[in-house]
Amino acid sequence: MITAAFEYARPGSVDEAQSLLTKYGDDAKVIAGGQSLIPLMRLRLSQPTALIDIQGIPGLNEVRRDNGSVEIGALVRHVDIQRSATLRDTLPILVEMANDVGDNQVRNLGTIGGVIAHGDAAGDYNSLALMLDAEIITNRRRHQARDFFRDIFTTALDHDEVVTAVRFPIATGRFAYTKFRRRLYDWAIAGVAVQEVGSSWRVGYVNLARTPRRGASVERALAGGASAADAAAQSRSDIDPTGDVRATAEYKRHLAEVLTSRTLEKATMAA
Amino acid sequence: MAVTSMIGARIQRREDPKLITGHGNFIDDVNLVNMAHMSVVRSPHAHARIRSIDTSAALAAPGVVAVLTAADFKGVFLGPLPVTNSFVADKKQVPEQFPIAAEEAAYAGEPVAVVIAEDRYVADDAAQLVAVDYEPLPAVMDLEKAMAPGSPLVKSDRPDNIGWDAAFPAGDIDAAFAEADVVLKQRIGQQRLFPTAMETRGCVADYIPYDNRCTLWTSTQVPHFIRLFVGGALGVPESQFRVVSHDVGGGFGAKLRPYPEEYLATAASKITERPVKWIEDRTESLQATTQGRGQLYDVEVAAKRDGTLLGLKFTQLLDIGAYHGVFSAFQVVACLLGGGCYEWKAIHARSIGIFTNRMSTDPYRGAGRPEATHLVERIVDLVAREIGMDPAEVRRKNFIKSFPHTNNFGLVYDSGEYEKSLDRAMANIDYPALRKRQEELRGKGRYTGIGFSTYVEICGLGPSSATAPAAGIALVESSMVRVHPTGSVTVSVGTHAHGQSHETTFAQIVADTLGVPYDSVEIRHGDTGDTPFGYGTYGSRSLAVGGMAIMASCHKVVEKAKKLAAHAFEASEDDIVVDQGRYFVRGNPGEAKALAELAFASYGAGLPEGMEHGLEAVSYFDPPNFVWPFGCHICAVEVDPETGAVSIDRYVAVDDCGNVINPMVVDGQLHGGIAQGISQALFEEVRYDDETGHMLTGTMLDYLIPTMAEMPHFELDRTVTPSPTNELGVKGIGEAGTIASSIAVINAITDALAPFGIKHVEMPARPDRLWSMIKEARA
Amino acid sequence: MTQPVALTINGRRREDHVEPRLLLVHYLREVAGLTGTHIACDTSQCGACTVLIDGEAVKSCSVFTVQAHGKQVTTIEGLATDGTLHPVQQAFWNEHGLQCGFCTPGFIMAAAYLLKQNPSPTDDEIERGLEGNLCRCTGYENIKKAVRSASAAMSGATAEPSAQLVGSAAAPVED
Repeated sequence: MITAAFEYARPGSVDEAQSLLTKYGDDAKVIAGGQSLIPLMRLRLSQPTALIDIQGIPGLNEVRRDNGSVEIGALVRHVDIQRSATLRDTLPILVEMANDVGDNQVRNLGTIGGVIAHGDAAGDYNSLALMLDAEIITNRRRHQARDFFRDIFTTALDHDEVVTAVRFPIATGRFAYTKFRRRLYDWAIAGVAVQEVGSSWRVGYVNLARTPRRGASVERALAGGASAADAAAQSRSDIDPTGDVRATAEYKRHLAEVLTSRTLEKATMAA
Repeated sequence: MAVTSMIGARIQRREDPKLITGHGNFIDDVNLVNMAHMSVVRSPHAHARIRSIDTSAALAAPGVVAVLTAADFKGVFLGPLPVTNSFVADKKQVPEQFPIAAEEAAYAGEPVAVVIAEDRYVADDAAQLVAVDYEPLPAVMDLEKAMAPGSPLVKSDRPDNIGWDAAFPAGDIDAAFAEADVVLKQRIGQQRLFPTAMETRGCVADYIPYDNRCTLWTSTQVPHFIRLFVGGALGVPESQFRVVSHDVGGGFGAKLRPYPEEYLATAASKITERPVKWIEDRTESLQATTQGRGQLYDVEVAAKRDGTLLGLKFTQLLDIGAYHGVFSAFQVVACLLGGGCYEWKAIHARSIGIFTNRMSTDPYRGAGRPEATHLVERIVDLVAREIGMDPAEVRRKNFIKSFPHTNNFGLVYDSGEYEKSLDRAMANIDYPALRKRQEELRGKGRYTGIGFSTYVEICGLGPSSATAPAAGIALVESSMVRVHPTGSVTVSVGTHAHGQSHETTFAQIVADTLGVPYDSVEIRHGDTGDTPFGYGTYGSRSLAVGGMAIMASCHKVVEKAKKLAAHAFEASEDDIVVDQGRYFVRGNPGEAKALAELAFASYGAGLPEGMEHGLEAVSYFDPPNFVWPFGCHICAVEVDPETGAVSIDRYVAVDDCGNVINPMVVDGQLHGGIAQGISQALFEEVRYDDETGHMLTGTMLDYLIPTMAEMPHFELDRTVTPSPTNELGVKGIGEAGTIASSIAVINAITDALAPFGIKHVEMPARPDRLWSMIKEARA
Repeated sequence: MTQPVALTINGRRREDHVEPRLLLVHYLREVAGLTGTHIACDTSQCGACTVLIDGEAVKSCSVFTVQAHGKQVTTIEGLATDGTLHPVQQAFWNEHGLQCGFCTPGFIMAAAYLLKQNPSPTDDEIERGLEGNLCRCTGYENIKKAVRSASAAMSGATAEPSAQLVGSAAAPVED
């Protein structure tokens, strides 16, 4: 199918992007890699009147490490994450997630900023941002990840706001990510990420509610000394999946528990 | 007869150089000067009355050439879409289908209007501006409810939703059941599938105004069929209607009928006096290209405790969709093959075709035979489980062992050696070791399973003696072999490949049969202006029927060449020896003439008295019987009981398609065929909302075609049992893999889950489905 | 409203004015006349439209032409050089890695990219490298074989092709 017509602009700076968004109004959209947006536009499920292409804005494609955190520019692509020595040293779980996003072609275009701004509960990085208390940096302000993902495909971004970077705390403890899907390149039917931070565990859930979810109950159980299996049983209170063409809600809840247990075991065994 | 050299050789395909360098010529690559583009407005409802259509906004859009609805096509189409008059049913209803809905749309995706515009972007935009006022009507989606008296109707002008009801009784079924120690019943589903050729459909119609001539480029398996029917519907005789199909990006059965869009584009070209192009996008394809399977079987089997199979009763409920597919009733063949490769005292089958508010079903790779194999191979496993016998041994005990064999319905299996392929497959997978490993792993809480499929299929459609009484058509095939003055050879055929490598394999046959260099043979197909009438490529018929038509023409050429040689050597024709394309007088091979020399002479002066010039022949081949490939596939799987995920550990296949022209091509056909059957077993299903008729799997994001990572390595092997029914000794291989494989996987999964008491698993074996079954079994 | 774009396609620079919504694949096929790149799914699932942008594999049905402004695009038509097939093309031919051939240009481009990144991929890496491409004919068996064979050929090993090269001079072989 063919997308509906739109106007196109390629700003050279974030300020310019912001003023273009203001100029074109509510139906304008920011495009980076376009790997989620363009298929939606081709199905005419999304019909923006203008696309503001931020690809040409300098300085948004860097990965910078500073005191205790790592800042990833919005235009850093999945493939850049896969290849980043800095990220391998500071946030290896993100590298592992990137390996499992889409396929080579998608990874060569899709960006972390795009995933965050799209706000998809199936966007793997979003759950990681949530569970690690990442910060989402825009042209106007900084959002805490926990306040950012509001509802299905809905974030705290204002219309004229552009994600410029995501700042993650450095996390070099044990970790694992399990993405359950029927075909290798599919979105997760259910995904579970676990990361050791200091002496405790963080848990994140992908595609198990309308928004990304953090496994707070599971984390508490683990902190209380529960076994992986016992803690995993708590996952039900952390998620709220809906049934779809892929799987029933009941199955997804079960899957969350099985995968939580397995992912925790994998992470601890990986030590 | 020439010594075989090219036949049987593993030869690199001549189709490939253009395809690997981007120089293929697929339907969207056809562009004409002044060409307009068509976009189709389709009903979003499974069933709705069309109250009115307002085209004014679309017409006003810049770049729009025309917006046409059913009213505009009135008088342009002279008749409805064809439906083969398949088999004699006790009850039959064949409603007419026109290319565009006028008052009532009966499936989501049915065309209601077309927009013709300067480019495809404009056409798609304007299609959104066509305002159709629909009154939604109840959607009939469930087969059993649709059959019930008083059900809402799929279309309001029909008496009921029954397309056919046909009984196939063979033998004394009550006596067979009376002998039984064991009687088992099982319901077995066959989900609807998208054939999903990677190239969607499309066409370019160029109707020459005031001349009543037309060329239609289209992506099809059956160019002559398209010409016959689309030309017929538009009142253009075959002599003035040319259908051209260049490279076709896959078909799998979904490109073997004339489709509404081919009529609409051709008519639109006539109305607008412009060439008109239509390219189906994938979303349309999932709605508006014929689907496969869509069946439900209720089966009852009678057997003895010693493993002897006695009787089989089953009913096939077939989801026709809103209208008959052209060949939808072909799938009733499942009834005649439900006994598989086993001896039965009696079989009673019944087929009921039921209309629903969905796209039509039509043949999809295997068409009726995968269903038959799935049914009988499932049932044999159920019997084996019930009586505690190894599934391989139940099969062995009941195999048909002497050939030719007349099955319960009078079909004659040409040749076979079923035990040999079973033994070979069991040896290749090391069956005893696999069983031992299964036992050990079960002790550790791991669930592995082994599944058999010993199949036989009917193909090489088909002898007119069988197809004419059943379907009113003679599925013969044609060839023209022309030897040019300097010896190169053009072979034109009525079949039309869409990935099957005919240009290579047919040339191998001709090279050997005429004794000419392989490179000197050119195969032409797909252009009705260039080829004799043929029924096209499907039903694994192109070699066993089309190949034999080529042989027949080659023989005629050789006969004439012998006459020419006799004349040249001033010898008697009886004394002429033909050896690998060299013609000489017996005893004097040193003085020989090549076919090229004789060809040159045939166009020159000094021919024998009364001989016509030239060296060419046309032949039509009507096979004496069908051909019957067979084999044994064994699949080994492991099921994760916590997630229900299935992984295939091994896949072993031993197939027998008779003599092999090009082993590389045969293996390739098997790889793809097996993959499609595995895919049905594990991944694919067309899903609709049962209430609204809305399609839930409307993109390739949701309709799961597996990637490389989900496919196992295929361990292939072969036995060769030539068919006695044709000179080449060949059968067919295009569908065998698909016919065999779905049930090998399902039987393996069922075997893996045996410790839970699970006896039957439906397709696709989705993880959530298996998990639910395990959970229920554990409870 | 159109936008000016300048792209270098298979080494040749082109300048055009295009609608912003013109997909790169349509630009290549209908403006530049390079029809080797195919469209098969609409939703970025199948990879038939794979081309290289600045040497990196992308799905050209999920890129607007305007996004590729100023970049180097390589299509299937640009892969062979001076009449010599790229080793991946040759391997697909040798190993019967295609049947209908519709998905093939996308597969070849994705495989060429994979081997450039990773000249000796394991089977698992081949699967991951080509997960974005769908084929309905081959069951992938011979595609995988072709990639292995191309990898060997590119590293200088002489791979024995499964199929016999046939010209008038070549002798056929029995199975």
